Amino acid sequence: MKAETLTLWLDERLNLTSIAQLARKKEIPLHRHSIWYYFGGMTLFLFGIQVGTGILLLLYYRPSAETAFESVQFIVTEVQFGWLIRSVHSWSANLMIATLFIHMFSVYFMRAYRPPREITWLTGVFLLLLAVGFGFSGYLLPWNKLAFFATKVGTEIAGVVPLVGKPTLRFLRGGDEVTGATLTRFFGFHVAVLPAITTAVVVTHLILVQMHGMSIPAGLEGKPVKKMKFFPSFFLRDLIGWVLAIGALAALAAIFPWELGEKADAFAPAPAGIRPEWYFLFMFQTLKMIPAKVLSFDGEVLGILAFGIGGLLWFVLPFLDNPAKPRRRMLFKTVGVIVVVYIVALTIIGFVS
Amino acid sequence: MKASNSFPYNCRKLMRVFALAPSIGLLFFVSASAQKKNSCVDCHSQIEGTLSEPVRLSKGDVHDSRGISCVDCHRGDASSDDMAVAMNRKKGFIGKPRSSDIPGLCGRCHSDATFMKAFNPSLRVDQEREYSTSVHGKLLKSGEQKVATCVSCHGEHGIRAVIDPQSKVYALNVAETCAACHAKSDYMKSFKIPNDQYDKYRTSVHARTLYEKQDLSAPTCNDCHGNHGAAPPGLASVANVCGQCHVRQAGLFQSSPHKTVFGLMQVGECVQCHSNHGIQAPNDELLGVGDKSACTQCHSEGDSGHAAAKKMRERIDEISASISGANEILDRAERSGMEVSKPRFDLNEAKDALTQSRVLVHAFSPAEIDKIIDSGVDVSNKSYEAGGAALNELSFRRKGLAGSLFFILFLAVLIYLKVRQLESRQQTLQNES
Amino acid sequence: MTNDSGNEAHRGINKCSKCPNDIEIKQQDPPSGRRRFLNYLLGTAFGATAAAIFYPILKFITPPHIIEAAQNSVTAGKLSELALNSGKIFKFGNKPGILVRSASGELKAFSAVCTHLDCIVQYQPEKKQIWCACHNGQYNLNGQNVGGPPPRPLEEYVVNMRGEEIVVSKA
Repeated sequence: MKAETLTLWLDERLNLTSIAQLARKKEIPLHRHSIWYYFGGMTLFLFGIQVGTGILLLLYYRPSAETAFESVQFIVTEVQFGWLIRSVHSWSANLMIATLFIHMFSVYFMRAYRPPREITWLTGVFLLLLAVGFGFSGYLLPWNKLAFFATKVGTEIAGVVPLVGKPTLRFLRGGDEVTGATLTRFFGFHVAVLPAITTAVVVTHLILVQMHGMSIPAGLEGKPVKKMKFFPSFFLRDLIGWVLAIGALAALAAIFPWELGEKADAFAPAPAGIRPEWYFLFMFQTLKMIPAKVLSFDGEVLGILAFGIGGLLWFVLPFLDNPAKPRRRMLFKTVGVIVVVYIVALTIIGFVS
Repeated sequence: MKASNSFPYNCRKLMRVFALAPSIGLLFFVSASAQKKNSCVDCHSQIEGTLSEPVRLSKGDVHDSRGISCVDCHRGDASSDDMAVAMNRKKGFIGKPRSSDIPGLCGRCHSDATFMKAFNPSLRVDQEREYSTSVHGKLLKSGEQKVATCVSCHGEHGIRAVIDPQSKVYALNVAETCAACHAKSDYMKSFKIPNDQYDKYRTSVHARTLYEKQDLSAPTCNDCHGNHGAAPPGLASVANVCGQCHVRQAGLFQSSPHKTVFGLMQVGECVQCHSNHGIQAPNDELLGVGDKSACTQCHSEGDSGHAAAKKMRERIDEISASISGANEILDRAERSGMEVSKPRFDLNEAKDALTQSRVLVHAFSPAEIDKIIDSGVDVSNKSYEAGGAALNELSFRRKGLAGSLFFILFLAVLIYLKVRQLESRQQTLQNES
Repeated sequence: MTNDSGNEAHRGINKCSKCPNDIEIKQQDPPSGRRRFLNYLLGTAFGATAAAIFYPILKFITPPHIIEAAQNSVTAGKLSELALNSGKIFKFGNKPGILVRSASGELKAFSAVCTHLDCIVQYQPEKKQIWCACHNGQYNLNGQNVGGPPPRPLEEYVVNMRGEEIVVSKA
């Protein structure tokens, strides 16, 4: 059967032609900041890698406190290329969150959340939360000492929030302490709950992006802008990035294999120098630096509330910005720079101290 | 007895009790004070200074808590407040007993099996007899007053059971109790024996185990010298004493050529190489023909013992080096991210073989240790190979990576070229239109 | 890229008369030698990379030699290999264990790590007890420390039979 006949047959049933036409229409504006357009797709690609390697790991992983560590050890030592799949999964998670941050901040600074793309921004912030949730839940799964204590500290911080804190802590931990119940629960979140929600939100996010097309910097609105076809030009360029990402992941897995450490022991004291993954570090470091008591309030609670309010403001950003007022634009740009510098600075401090 | 439930009868019963109450009360009062009137305590508790010490110490005293009090040892009359009556020597009162009388004084009860059975059936009753065989006992009998008697170690008042951590003879306190005399050079001047035993002992591995690890099974003075029959073990019986714990070494020694030789040469078993009080954890330097070795004290170049020592040391060094080599490569593999817990576990067998070979040294025959060292080296080599395999696997992965990277980069470049090509074609097409 | 009447400038875009829709079937240019070469290389490179990705994945999903992670129970050996009144050391996770078959045929398993100073214990058939050679520690067949320095009993494991195999698991 020739390819053309098959295409015709499928098209009669699936209406491929209209999809193809839409795809052919998709264009990417070319300007000084076009490079940032790559990062959304890169994040999606890395997410795909996570799903793939995650499913493979699922074939051997065992989510109980008695067997989790041994099963990961098994994957890394006995299963052929297990070391590769596992290290790729761990490295790709970190790379994905990094590209996610870059994507988010590039959208912020280009103010791509302007109407009509507000909902795209909202789904995007939601995706940030989901990604961080993936990272937090996945980190515990090897059930090693570092992860055990990181989870303990992390859920404890969540528990400090007034009113909802304690029930949240119990919900996350599956009890009052971090135990095998926590592991099972986190596993459920990581492989079922979060993937289901993320799929829905990602699809929404992507549909919205296709609907509205790529946003261009405000200054270029109304002016003629060179465009590049998505298929095949931009897509092939995207592909180059993805291929290089695969290379980077392979290199990281082979040269800097992800550590396994020692099995978690609930009764052993916390190892020295415990700290969360880098994407939590700036918050963790901030909390560490806030004095124990500020006026009459618990410093830690204030810190968490501050981050909560900050997050909320970040979420409703499109509604706070007003493009008509140039002073507000300046304010937002400044705030953005401060936020980036703060995050970077505190992450570095967190690493060094 | 149904009638007893009726009201008037109850009332009468109650009245009877109430009537009796005062008399019962008086009885109690009387018996409490006659809970042995102890005039000794009454007076001595009021005297300031050392004379009131026995009263203060009696709290917690193992005798006092069983109703054995002052007069049971010192005699006299505790019912009288009159000192002349209470402490009448003519009527048998013993003030401060003479040292030479003490073993007999204590032995009056402690050697009486029937008496002791009432208090602690499992306590030994031969301490006095044992004491008479000890150096202390023999010296005491010969008239020497400056020796340890029962009270020197156990105390006279405020005596506590041996298992009581506050007792002077509790495992952790024994050495200090002995050292109270034995470490004082002026006190011990007249006895021509060294006084460095305690100092040496505190540097020993036994003392460190006992005091730092709180391992009460570690030996202190009495475990080797005996408590009541305290005497240094004879030269030919040291191995038996050490062998209480170090069974294998003692057994091997006793079937070795050294046993007879040491006996003939009047050389102390075990202690000749390991010392008696300041016993250090032995290391391999003790074996062989180096300057720190014990063997060269007797053996010199040319004799068979010298050769045997040299051979044994060589073999032990061989397995020791093999194990550190294996450890080192496994460390390297682990640092590079490879998982090597199984070879590490297997290496334990080699470490066990090394420990065993060090024990087998006490047979003083290279043939004895050969077999175990061979198997240990074998295991160690296997672990080394596993470490090597892990490093090879790592290198294989890196080569695989390099190869894949080549293809990946190649692919990236080709896609780029394709893009360029497609766009130039588009450009051409556009130009033509 | 639309076209109507077969403009030659578009070089070979034909309208298929049979189709109800306006599908244009673009006739490809005969590819130039360079393009052909590039396509060939691209295809090869894609293939090689795809192989480099799918080969490990294929190997990964193939069950390995040891099919399961070390767990809370191990096979300590065959009954026929363990004589009456004898003992054997086996690997239990990361630690050594000792399996004892008593004179009456009963099977017992304990941790082989002496509770005194961590030496590995052994079975003494003459004394029908477990013994530690390092400092003469003695344990009875219930694992209780009955002589010498050991301060605590040996941890006991559960023994079960699976056919001929002896399976030891944590209590």
